[in-house]
Amino acid sequence: MKLQVSHSPHVRDKATTASIMRDVIIALLPATFAGWYFFGIRAMIITFVSIAACVGFEYICRRVMKRNNTISDLSAVVTGLLLAMNLPVSIPLYMVIVGAAFAIVVVKQMFGGLGNNFVNPAIAARIFMVIAYPKAMTSWTIRTGSWLSLRSVAAVSSATPLTMIHTSEAPSMWDLFIGNKAGCIGEVCILALLIGALYLILRHVIRPWIPLAFIGTFFVLSFLFGHNNVFNFTGDLTTLTGWSDLFYESCYMICSGGLVLGAFFMATDYVTSPLTTKGKLLFGMGCGILTFLIRYYGNLAEGVSFSIILMNILTPHIDDWTMGKPFGEVKENVKA
Amino acid sequence: MSENKMKDSTYRSPDERLAEKKSKYTPKSIFLNGVLFENPALRLVLGTCPLLAVTISAKSSLFMGLAVIFVLTASEAIISLLRNVIPNKVRIPAFITIIATFVTIVQMLISAYFPALNESLGIYIPLIVVNCILLARAETFASKQKVLPSILDGLSMGTGFTLALLLMGSIREILGCGTFFDMQLPLFGTVFEPMMFFMLPPGGFFVFGICICLVQFLMKKQEKHASGKSSTPCGAAGDSSDCLSCGGCSLCKGKEE
Repeated sequence: MKLQVSHSPHVRDKATTASIMRDVIIALLPATFAGWYFFGIRAMIITFVSIAACVGFEYICRRVMKRNNTISDLSAVVTGLLLAMNLPVSIPLYMVIVGAAFAIVVVKQMFGGLGNNFVNPAIAARIFMVIAYPKAMTSWTIRTGSWLSLRSVAAVSSATPLTMIHTSEAPSMWDLFIGNKAGCIGEVCILALLIGALYLILRHVIRPWIPLAFIGTFFVLSFLFGHNNVFNFTGDLTTLTGWSDLFYESCYMICSGGLVLGAFFMATDYVTSPLTTKGKLLFGMGCGILTFLIRYYGNLAEGVSFSIILMNILTPHIDDWTMGKPFGEVKENVKA
Repeated sequence: MSENKMKDSTYRSPDERLAEKKSKYTPKSIFLNGVLFENPALRLVLGTCPLLAVTISAKSSLFMGLAVIFVLTASEAIISLLRNVIPNKVRIPAFITIIATFVTIVQMLISAYFPALNESLGIYIPLIVVNCILLARAETFASKQKVLPSILDGLSMGTGFTLALLLMGSIREILGCGTFFDMQLPLFGTVFEPMMFFMLPPGGFFVFGICICLVQFLMKKQEKHASGKSSTPCGAAGDSSDCLSCGGCSLCKGKEE
């Protein structure tokens, strides 16, 4: 008998890239539908344009680079869907295509395709667009006319809740949770995002460590050091309303912006997040700290995408620090 | 970092170097080296500081390039003339002094006749003094060659640098501003909103990377075409040691059998 020595992995699973990506798409659908509902038919068009552009660029790129075709692994569809969810509904369509080209051609294929991209393509494209088209990317609109009307979305321009938390126009907590607010297409409905996230966790597609550490760290930090924090709190803590007032701002900040979308669907990207549980926790905490710092002390209103991309870049190092030592390889500290 | 790169790419054994001295440098080879094969910006990655800072418009790129051509050619000529006089131990300060002289001349001329240009190029004109292209050419070429080849080398290296600047400046101005040499273009800027990204430092790095990538790709293709022998796709010369060093990228798979 021939003894074979091979590289890990030795244990095989039925899951394929395509099946995992299909699960991610299913999990993203509730939030997508909610976005379509709240923003009208234009949101739908943007979603389809983004997905079509991503798949198209993937096909062309693989063709030009003379590599095998990878459309069927559905990763380009996920990228397109995530990108669309990260865009405001009023964005011109050609900008969506430019963003898709950046995500697929530059971030993904130029570094070698799926598995070799060092940052999440959808987030990188979003950041590229925020820098390239600052005005279009930060003009938030609320639908005023009928659902089918293409023009109505541009009628009312409104600030994202992040920029107006202290004004009286800020939406109520319930509106914020259910999605009746200004923002990007996919980030508004927290309820739908949580349903999708639950699906992913129950299907064992993602582990909950990164989102928990991410949101938890952010919650604790804004609870301790936010504008309305535990130290300068003046309310009455003997009543329930006093406690809910105390937690109000922290919860409000979690439900606004892209925090939930980013934490569950983009920070957990397999390629760009650490492998070990300890690493995942570190990664999530880093994201939380950076998001807190950018939101409270930075110039930009939203810091989720920047914090995730920064931690993406640190991921190889986190893996180095937290990777267990192979059996039989533990060495004493040898004197130099 | 850039110095190491330069050493790596130009390293040859003494015998080879002697042979080269006798045979290699023809006017045509000097010119092609400067503009293409050893393009200071895109092949040797020298002088990246002005490259990233000045290329926000095609116009300032062009004038920066012209200034570099002048300084490079003049200083190479003088250094080549003085190559037997300058003591080896203090050659670097001597080179710098000569270069600085010409940079000062350029600076004075520009601020006297083109004050607007002086404003837009700002600190980067005086910084030509410490631009590694000039020192690199003085050290590797002008201090060892005769005057005429040195002048030609200065001209072609400068041209190569200018072309690189112009390429990057054009891309960044067209995409980032929608103009080309301050002329409004028909499509960009009207139908498509110009992308701020390319005017900002990250855009500079991005375009720089893409340009290097493009030139590298063309060089590989050309090399393959020229040599005609079976080489590995990643550009390693084909013997086993190079194949090991390339880290086994996916390009070679299937070819080894």
